[in-house]
Amino acid sequence: MKFLVCISNVPDTTTKIAFTPDNKEFNKAGVQFVINPWDEYALTRAIELKEANAGSTVTVLNVGEADTEPNIRKALAIGADDAIRVNAAPTDAFFVAQQIAAIAKEGNYDVILMGKESIDYNGFQVHGMVGELLSIPTVAPAMKLDMSGNTATLEREIEGGKEIVQVNTPFVASCQQPMCEPRIPNMRGIMTARTKPLKVVPAIGEAPRTQVAEFALPPKKQGVKLIDAANAGELIKLLRNEAKVI
Amino acid sequence: MSVLVVVECDKGEVKKSSLEVATYGAQVAAQLGTSATAIAVGEATEANLAKLGEQGISKVLYDNEPRLKDFVNNAYTKLIATAAQQEDAKVIVLANSNVGAAVGSRLSVRLQAALATNVVELPKTDGGQFVVKRGAFSGKAFSDVVLSSDRKIIALKKNSIEAQHEAGKTAEVTAFSAQLGDADFADAPKQVVMQDQAGGILLPEASLVVSGGRGMKGPENWNLIEDLAKALGAATACSKPVSDVDWRPHHEHVGQTGITVSPNLYIACGISGAIQHLAGVNSSKVIVVINKDPEAPFFKAADYGIVGDVFEVLPKLTAAVKELS
Repeated sequence: MKFLVCISNVPDTTTKIAFTPDNKEFNKAGVQFVINPWDEYALTRAIELKEANAGSTVTVLNVGEADTEPNIRKALAIGADDAIRVNAAPTDAFFVAQQIAAIAKEGNYDVILMGKESIDYNGFQVHGMVGELLSIPTVAPAMKLDMSGNTATLEREIEGGKEIVQVNTPFVASCQQPMCEPRIPNMRGIMTARTKPLKVVPAIGEAPRTQVAEFALPPKKQGVKLIDAANAGELIKLLRNEAKVI
Repeated sequence: MSVLVVVECDKGEVKKSSLEVATYGAQVAAQLGTSATAIAVGEATEANLAKLGEQGISKVLYDNEPRLKDFVNNAYTKLIATAAQQEDAKVIVLANSNVGAAVGSRLSVRLQAALATNVVELPKTDGGQFVVKRGAFSGKAFSDVVLSSDRKIIALKKNSIEAQHEAGKTAEVTAFSAQLGDADFADAPKQVVMQDQAGGILLPEASLVVSGGRGMKGPENWNLIEDLAKALGAATACSKPVSDVDWRPHHEHVGQTGITVSPNLYIACGISGAIQHLAGVNSSKVIVVINKDPEAPFFKAADYGIVGDVFEVLPKLTAAVKELS
């Protein structure tokens, strides 16, 4: 079984978001980048399935510039076998999906996994685009993934419940909790990751169909109005008569 | 040309988020000087579909194929793509739901459309450009995005706009068939399992949310959260640490790596307000924080606050709500 795990490089979850003075770009100064937390579910589950199915391999794919390589190495340290970096800024979901689809096709991957969405762009789009470009099924967002031969059984989250879905390889799934407990690299993994293959390839495909014109931060709150705990019922009156939300 | 809106139905009713989508689509159609047609998916009744006229929809297409009752990615994609081509839809609007996002992303490739998800406002269409505002950085920011293809797909974030109700207006409901065959249903779910929701209110669709954190001290105390939620008609939610230790199910986890909500009212009980949690809730219209620690960072993001013990404050709030009604 050949697994392809797509990871993005995103600001750490504790990052205070700021933009360049013209509001056109995210201000990377002083920001720690991590593997997108949703992608960690995809990566760890692929490694678990590889361990359970002898002869399987896990390839990590990232669309990004050279500064994403520390996190690609981290994915290799966690247990992926090799990596591919498409050397381009991930400008929009369609652009990224075209890169993934091309590599998945060329490498004949059986299972293409990624996180539900990235915590920076929050597109939740790439999975479906890759599936459509390759004319293969997509399961998104998947909470559980088991493989038996070429058949996968997945749990897909729906509003208010879940669906049990079965698909045959090849397929795409976008992953979320509680699929697995994401792993962290150990010392041996970090040592072996240094020599695992990381191939850099140029981008292909059509131009992006969307462009970010400007970023903005949410409006600031006016300040909190405190109500005495002894008189907590007063809050309910304020919510009805002042805030008018109940 | 027209605007096509995708309306999700469940047990005969049009979902609240789809009423918002219909309203949004009708307003985009007015902006572009055209009309809005709906395509219904899921289990619908003709009477409820006709009522989409109240949101400004002129025509509703409905395929009576029984296998469309549950979500099937390929079948839904083909159905909507066929409708979009028949209606010459230049803009397609869906809910930013697990249905809308799954179908929207496939549709964008099939129809060569530019796709924007998580959209929070009507588009700006002056100067020949089509610009939408969408949530980014998991609720910590917004971005204005230019959609440059001839055809556009918009997935509207829930609770971003209020559904309109113009009483008495009806839409024409028309039978529609995309000639779906067995192959289109190959990825149909084997089984659908619905969870019991507290009070029957779905968190992603809820206008009111009561949420608990580690300050609740244990799952056995959740009745205090549920009592207030039930009195208000609210959904229940929790912070990440709470779902990580399995006090509450994962689908209730609100935050950067859980779900992002934007209700009218979010009441946070015993949640300190880590930046990852705030990301998931800061587009709520009114935020109430109850915490015994006056230094809890959540108070900075709140509209109303009570510094006090949740175990004393929550029963008082529940009693006060019951007095109101």
